[in-house]
Amino acid sequence: MQETIFFILRIIPYLAQGLMITFYVSITSFIIGLAIASILTPLRVFLTPSLSLIVRSYIEILRGTPLLVQLFIIYFGLPSLGVKFDPLTAGIIALSLNSSAYQAEILRASIKAIPESQYYSAEALGMSTIQVYRYVILPQALRAAIPALVNELVTLVKESSLVSIIGVAELTRRGEYVVAYTFRALEAYLAVAILYFIVCMIMSQVSKILERKFRIPGYERGVF
Amino acid sequence: MEVLVVQKLIAGYHKTPVLRGISLRVNKGERVVLMGPSGSGKSTLLKCIVRLVEPWSGSIIIDGINILDDGIDIKKVRQRVGFVFQSYNLFPHMTVLRNVTLPLEVVKRMDKKKAMERALKVLEIVGMTKFKDKYPLELSGGQQQRVAIARALAIDPVLLLLDEPTSALDPELREEVLETLRDVAKRGISMLIVTHELDFAEDVADRVLFMDHGIIIEEGPPYELFYNPKKDRTRRFLKTIFRRL
Repeated sequence: MQETIFFILRIIPYLAQGLMITFYVSITSFIIGLAIASILTPLRVFLTPSLSLIVRSYIEILRGTPLLVQLFIIYFGLPSLGVKFDPLTAGIIALSLNSSAYQAEILRASIKAIPESQYYSAEALGMSTIQVYRYVILPQALRAAIPALVNELVTLVKESSLVSIIGVAELTRRGEYVVAYTFRALEAYLAVAILYFIVCMIMSQVSKILERKFRIPGYERGVF
Repeated sequence: MEVLVVQKLIAGYHKTPVLRGISLRVNKGERVVLMGPSGSGKSTLLKCIVRLVEPWSGSIIIDGINILDDGIDIKKVRQRVGFVFQSYNLFPHMTVLRNVTLPLEVVKRMDKKKAMERALKVLEIVGMTKFKDKYPLELSGGQQQRVAIARALAIDPVLLLLDEPTSALDPELREEVLETLRDVAKRGISMLIVTHELDFAEDVADRVLFMDHGIIIEEGPPYELFYNPKKDRTRRFLKTIFRRL
């Protein structure tokens, strides 16, 4: 037992380097995904139904196919069209696109959750559409989106383990290396799992802090 | 001199007409109360007056401007008409003070200092100065509605539209809002008020309009309409209200 603990402690510094890459991949993908989602969402909210169909299809296709398959298409498939990426870039592209679809859904749902009365009230004051969104709708919608966005980031941290398959030396991949050298699969993968778990716990704590910080005073009494 | 003239207004939702030819006028400084059973189109009428609901046909003239004309910037019209909603509709993520200064700064383009002065002045009128740093959801419904009245007054409107300002409130909170509205009425501002508060209407209204099924079926001074209604429909409606009292 003691030996097991020592073994895990010994491999953690090595795994931690992989954790940094996991962080890098998931946070970069989250930010790029958020940027794409921020472009898609207004298109979806404001465009005519026929034009927003394009945006909707993009979202549905990315949400309706496995991330692993998307990753394979980008890493193994695109080279036959002459487009070639290194594993890290391919991984980030796949995760970013995939996440953008989910984040676009989160943003749209948060905007839709703001009651119509808020639009009426802002418009009745003479605000332009841009002002209505800037001062009234978005500040409330983004607050409402915080828990779901953090949840999406946690999901990305876990799903980024898929990029190990194309050879990115992130946390899971490094776990595999340890197993290959030591044949101690249980301990190695347990250590990997513990690291993922700690990171995800920290993130959900951060989410709670953010929620508290951006809480609307009096909101828990409920009104909408 | 009229501040509001509505003629042959027809409007509705989707294909269903709600207003079926409304004509009414509000003179400068006049306070007009609009009554009628639910579904008669009172809220729709108020929303049409600032084009929150798009009218199908007819004309709406506010302070000499036909707001249904092509090329009218409706935002400019709305800046001169105050609107108080049944459910207050304050912005929950802003303090009371910010709720009032925001439209002054971004719509009326006042500088921060002037907006602040103006906001404090109207909050004083509704007696909410000491709550200026609270957030709307920390307040009672009656207090929120008083802030909403201040927000509507802040823009110095030529006309104040109030859509059942007390009907979402508990009975004990109604009185404070009605008291505030009595004070506001004394300031000589033109008001069109949808309400079923008979005592209040009798105190404040110069004229009462009774509406049913999208048309105005009777109008007159409050005591005449309340105690001696000419139309059977009005009498039946008033009976239901009196019974509730």
